[in-house]
Amino acid sequence: MAKKIKKKRIAVPEQDPYARIHNFNEVSLGYTWELAIEEASRCLQCPYPSPCMKGCPVDVNIPGFIKKILEKDIKGALEIIHATNSLPGITGRVCPQEQQCEMNCIMGKVGDKINIGKLGRFVADEARKQGIYPSTPSVEKKGKKVAVVGSGPAGLTAAADLVKMGYDVTMYEALHEPGGVLIYGIPEFRLPKNIVRYEVKFLKMLGVNVITNVVIGKTFSLYELLNEYDAVFLGTGAGTPKLLNLPGVNLNGIYSANEFLTRINLMKAYKFPEYDTPIRKGKKLAVIGGGNVAIDAARCALRIGYEEVYIIYRRTREYMTAREEEIIHAEEEGVKFMFLVSPVEFLGDENGNVKVIRLIMNELGEPDSSGRRRPIPIPGTEFGLEVDAVVFAIGQKPNKVLYQEVPELKTTEQGTIVVDEKYRTTLKGVFAGGDAVRGEATVVLAMGDGKKAAKAIDEYLSNGYPWPDKIEPAKF
Amino acid sequence: MPMFEILDKKELAPHIKWLRVHAPLVARAAKAGQFIILRLHEKGERIPLTLFKWSKDEGYIEIVFQEVGKTTYELGTYEIGDKIMDIVGPLGRPTEIENFGNVVVVSGGVGAPIGYAVARGLKEAGNHLTVIAGFRSKDFVILEDEFSEIADELLITTDDGSYVRKGFTTDVLKEYIEAGNKVDFVFTVGPVIMMKFIADITKKYRIKTVASLNPIMIDGTGMCGACRVRVGGEIKFACVDGPDFDAHQVDFDELIMRLKQYQNEEEVAMKRYLKKGGC
Ligand SMILES: Cc1cc2nc3c(=O)[nH]c(=O)nc-3n(C[C@H](O)[C@H](O)[C@H](O)COP(=O)(O)OP(=O)(O)OC[C@H]3O[C@@H](n4cnc5c(N)ncnc54)[C@H](O)[C@@H]3O)c2cc1C
Ligand code: SF4
Ligand code: FES
Repeated sequence: MAKKIKKKRIAVPEQDPYARIHNFNEVSLGYTWELAIEEASRCLQCPYPSPCMKGCPVDVNIPGFIKKILEKDIKGALEIIHATNSLPGITGRVCPQEQQCEMNCIMGKVGDKINIGKLGRFVADEARKQGIYPSTPSVEKKGKKVAVVGSGPAGLTAAADLVKMGYDVTMYEALHEPGGVLIYGIPEFRLPKNIVRYEVKFLKMLGVNVITNVVIGKTFSLYELLNEYDAVFLGTGAGTPKLLNLPGVNLNGIYSANEFLTRINLMKAYKFPEYDTPIRKGKKLAVIGGGNVAIDAARCALRIGYEEVYIIYRRTREYMTAREEEIIHAEEEGVKFMFLVSPVEFLGDENGNVKVIRLIMNELGEPDSSGRRRPIPIPGTEFGLEVDAVVFAIGQKPNKVLYQEVPELKTTEQGTIVVDEKYRTTLKGVFAGGDAVRGEATVVLAMGDGKKAAKAIDEYLSNGYPWPDKIEPAKF
Repeated sequence: MPMFEILDKKELAPHIKWLRVHAPLVARAAKAGQFIILRLHEKGERIPLTLFKWSKDEGYIEIVFQEVGKTTYELGTYEIGDKIMDIVGPLGRPTEIENFGNVVVVSGGVGAPIGYAVARGLKEAGNHLTVIAGFRSKDFVILEDEFSEIADELLITTDDGSYVRKGFTTDVLKEYIEAGNKVDFVFTVGPVIMMKFIADITKKYRIKTVASLNPIMIDGTGMCGACRVRVGGEIKFACVDGPDFDAHQVDFDELIMRLKQYQNEEEVAMKRYLKKGGC
């Protein structure tokens, strides 16, 4: 008789909530060898293509790498993942697996689904610990040059795939450090920066020329890139924060999530004054929004010493777009959630520091275009909440620096770059993907775009540079 | 040559320093009114500094800065041959240079180098150029030779009267206009309070006026919103929508308030730096 399969998921060790709100170390500690093997042994090894694979935007051979874990072959497991996913240490930590691979897992019918994300992470972490890199077969150089603009997951993936195909790849990044949101947005306790650095290092080992401190549209124009390179990929993200133009919104202590998180993550303001960049400290902080970004900001606030941290969301918990795992983490850490409220005004003291946020209660009306029920303010329900700082996490739109001066590059009303299903923009030779074309999406979708765009670029450069007269906008 | 190496250095006045830095990528694209953002070292903050001069052929940029906080003091200790870790630019929209006719550039204090870059552009575009440059006192007068080379008229003033004359730039501008000089365009850069009063004067006379703003910045690419300013009631990001704005639309009071955002932290950082024997 076949051995009995454990129905329960093997728990992943985590830092205790009381301890972790005082440090920036990673919350989830990841599987040990023992636990990883126990969890891996629960996998049924479904026949190809397994249900889980169908949910993976970058087609990782999931049962394949899980089998290698059982064989204790880390290099083998890493190479299986790397065949389609060059950033496993990152995806293993930040992917919404519950909506992707794990959602489809067959084990869900009889017990808990396999913890695919944490097993993927285990492979990447173990490989890093042992200094193992996937072997890189040498490829014939194609003698053609591609520029990648932006070093977020879309750019990193496109660069990796293109260099593996034999192109000369140069990646330009505006900030002083590559990684995009992975480096400036997602906090250390969810995605340690040395992991991002490690993956970037591997990209450099593959031969990608990474150039930081260059803003395309300022340091070089897009036209200049087109002169020098055979093709250009834009992975410039959706980096411009939205703010509500409410009375008092420019008071001191009111941040966009990007500013708040950049100060903390990229500039290490939590180590001020050892590091030079300051951040406002205080007792009470309110975050406005209900996505991953809002949760990250709230959890960072606790860690820099805020005692009462509120998440102010205009709908109810089930409509929050943040990952369930992260909402639970935030609850465990003591973040207070206020649902069905929206800000109407900010009041400050005589020095312009925010002191009170005025809120109004909502009720839920008919579903809007997103399918979620629309919040409707209830007149006469305004009240004040005392705060020392406020963080806006209500979304972002693409950064327009790049194309301020490129009229040929068509954008949508939302400011995203128009591309067709082959990631071609309205400017010949220029491709785009990731948040720059989707608006705010996810790391793995950006990676998927980078992959598919790399394929499309290869096709374009191999077939004599054809370009359609009209770009049929693809739906994302 | 290594990136961002300091090629030359001078002290122009007490605590006002001039640097020439190797930064070929910035130099090749730089235009008047644009700025850079630099980070001195691994633990450094990112601060914006406006471009004074640059040479595309020789690949250098020149900056002038006043030692006011920890980062600028520390930069002041960098010597020829030292390297700045990161410099990105040129950032911001270049000043819109046109032939307006009679233009007046009003600069205060260390606004002078920006004023110079723009004044030079305006002169080259064929304008009749008057420069009003205000300084605290004789010791702090900088760039007099540079200005006199390009200006049709150079009006220097000092707050205490220790050089040329006593008075603020606002006094000089008012006198200049009231003396019947025709002014078609004013560009102003310097302390926010000065720009505010300059804007008040030119508004009365309906003279088109542009102010170059200097809010706190981090990325300089429109990503963080730290640099937001209110212009005509709307929120603008100075790093990408500016740094130049219609001076009659800018909410200067809000900018003054926002610039004080980290006053306490700046003091902490400065004290710690001095204690460590920083300079
Ligand atoms: C706080 C936060 C938390 C998140 N958490 C998650 C999560 O848990 N899971 C998940 O899947 N997704 C998450 N996301 C979303 C995810 O990070 C993004 O969808 C993803 O990073 C998009 O990748 P990208 O490569 O398209 O762009 P980005 O990661 O935004 O990278 C774009 C890069 O391009 C650079 N750039 C822009 N313009 C120029 C220019 N003109 N010249 C040169 N460089 C330029 C930028 O500086 C940036 O580095 C989160 C986002 C944020 C902000
Ligand atoms: S669906 Fe679940 S059980 Fe089947 S292979 Fe994938 S992870 Fe294993
Ligand atoms: S400095 Fe960050 S948006 Fe302007």
